[in-house]
Amino acid sequence: MSKLTRDDVLKLARLSRLRVSEDEIEKFRSELSEILEYVQQLDAVDTAGLEPTYQVTGLTNVDRADEIKAYSAKPADLLKNAPAVKDGQFKVKRVL
Amino acid sequence: MTWPKIADIAASVNTGESSAVDLVKKSLQAIEKAKDYQAIISTLDDRALDRAKQIDQKVKQGKPAGRLAGVPFIAKDNYLTLGGKTTAASNILKPFESPYQSTAIERLEAEGAICVAKANLDAFAHGSSTENSDFFTTKNPYDKTRVPGGSSGGSTAAVVLGLAPFALGTDTGGSIRQPAGFCGAVGFKPTYGLVSRSGVIAMASSTDVIGPLANNVDDAALVLDVMSGPDELDSTTIERDKQSYADLKLNLKGKKIGIVKEYMAEGLEPGVRDVIESAIDKLSQAGAEVNEVSLPSLPLALAVYYIICPAEVSSNLARYDGQRFGYSAAEAKDLDESYELSREQGFGAEAKRRIMIGTYVLSSGYYDAYYKKAQTVRTKIINEFKTAFKSYDFLVGPTSPTVAFKIGEKIDDPLKMYLNDILTVAANISGNPALTLPAGKSQGLPVGLQIIGAQKDDRELLAAGRAFEELA
Repeated sequence: MSKLTRDDVLKLARLSRLRVSEDEIEKFRSELSEILEYVQQLDAVDTAGLEPTYQVTGLTNVDRADEIKAYSAKPADLLKNAPAVKDGQFKVKRVL
Repeated sequence: MTWPKIADIAASVNTGESSAVDLVKKSLQAIEKAKDYQAIISTLDDRALDRAKQIDQKVKQGKPAGRLAGVPFIAKDNYLTLGGKTTAASNILKPFESPYQSTAIERLEAEGAICVAKANLDAFAHGSSTENSDFFTTKNPYDKTRVPGGSSGGSTAAVVLGLAPFALGTDTGGSIRQPAGFCGAVGFKPTYGLVSRSGVIAMASSTDVIGPLANNVDDAALVLDVMSGPDELDSTTIERDKQSYADLKLNLKGKKIGIVKEYMAEGLEPGVRDVIESAIDKLSQAGAEVNEVSLPSLPLALAVYYIICPAEVSSNLARYDGQRFGYSAAEAKDLDESYELSREQGFGAEAKRRIMIGTYVLSSGYYDAYYKKAQTVRTKIINEFKTAFKSYDFLVGPTSPTVAFKIGEKIDDPLKMYLNDILTVAANISGNPALTLPAGKSQGLPVGLQIIGAQKDDRELLAAGRAFEELA
């Protein structure tokens, strides 16, 4: 499954919320195919009896008390980078 | 320009012999003078000078100003800092002013260090040369036609050019060690979780670590000592060593050192091999028991990495959607188009490649074949490290198979660029600490020796580095 098609690239771009130009489609198709081909060498590796590792230092379920703590940034600081703000909230374009 | 050791600078500030303001000015002047190298994205002049004045004031009042009093430093521009912009060298974050600061910088500043500038990197730390920076490419201090390595190429070049006594980098697949090797600096990648990543822009969360770039091991160890330890803002942080990371002395005599067979294999540049072999000879002459050791799965680490890393990148970069911060495409008609256009225009080619690969390997139907398989091979690699460290104190090899390459040489071939990390990624996959030290030169360019330690043996590893430094 390593050779991607033009449609695969368009689908991945759409899933990733990336628009790709006509020139980029073929470029990404060949580059991504090459990368996937490289990583497919793992198919041949014998991993019988092994479990996947998701955390390397052995920590599990790090909890903290569910309480409100003071935070250095103020709401206005957190909004200052937004492209559009209204009534102290992020303003986005219409959804529908 | 050269700086005294960090501990000496801080001591002279604390006694009032030198002034923090002068040190900051000295650093800012050096930055201005070295502009041609393009190591720096922005300087924090006002904030830095204000902080320096406060430190000098404190000393005048007879109060201690900290273990890093008045020491200027440079942070990779993926560390959130107050008083300027944090861009990750990306167009999508070009206008971003962080509302808070990374824990690492808070801790360094609490001990009197002063962040003077932000350094260039491959955008979002995706790369091995700084050529993926959306702004400009940093030049190697030894040869302006070559790359400094990456992604912490700006930080590394800055330290080697003497722009500040130390700099901060991040290492997800080799991004501290590979540039340290290419530029002749000391670069330290701690055990996963030893230093809080709160306020450092996430790349691949299961392998990301942050660490120092410096001109000697003492400096790197002191900076690590100040930064490390649990942080409630980063739940992956681990307990630190009770003792200082900066003061352990280690005798190499009788230490068991394994030369990683797979790291000395074909593909290694002859000049690099010569330098590493002579470094290994020095270790033997100092009384270390040096033997070859095989970790047969290590060559698979890069393939594991290029599944896990893009998978995590695709999740971590989902937040850049043009709505709450960062670049937003003004012409979008609705929300969905705003996401697509902001990301299309704001992300560079490498970020897009990684997002799409990550989306692919995580998508239903491919998840088991790629992501789960990679995480299982990861276990195999970890097991081989664990076995090796039952018999050896440290593992050694080169940091990179080549010396610094020419600007433009690999930028059109993403896979070729990825292969730069072939000798560094395994320590990220397994979470082991690893240190790169200048070991000599080939073709007039630096070659870095890589020493890998057992997980959580950071203190011993730094001590071994110091011992090697004394031999060289």
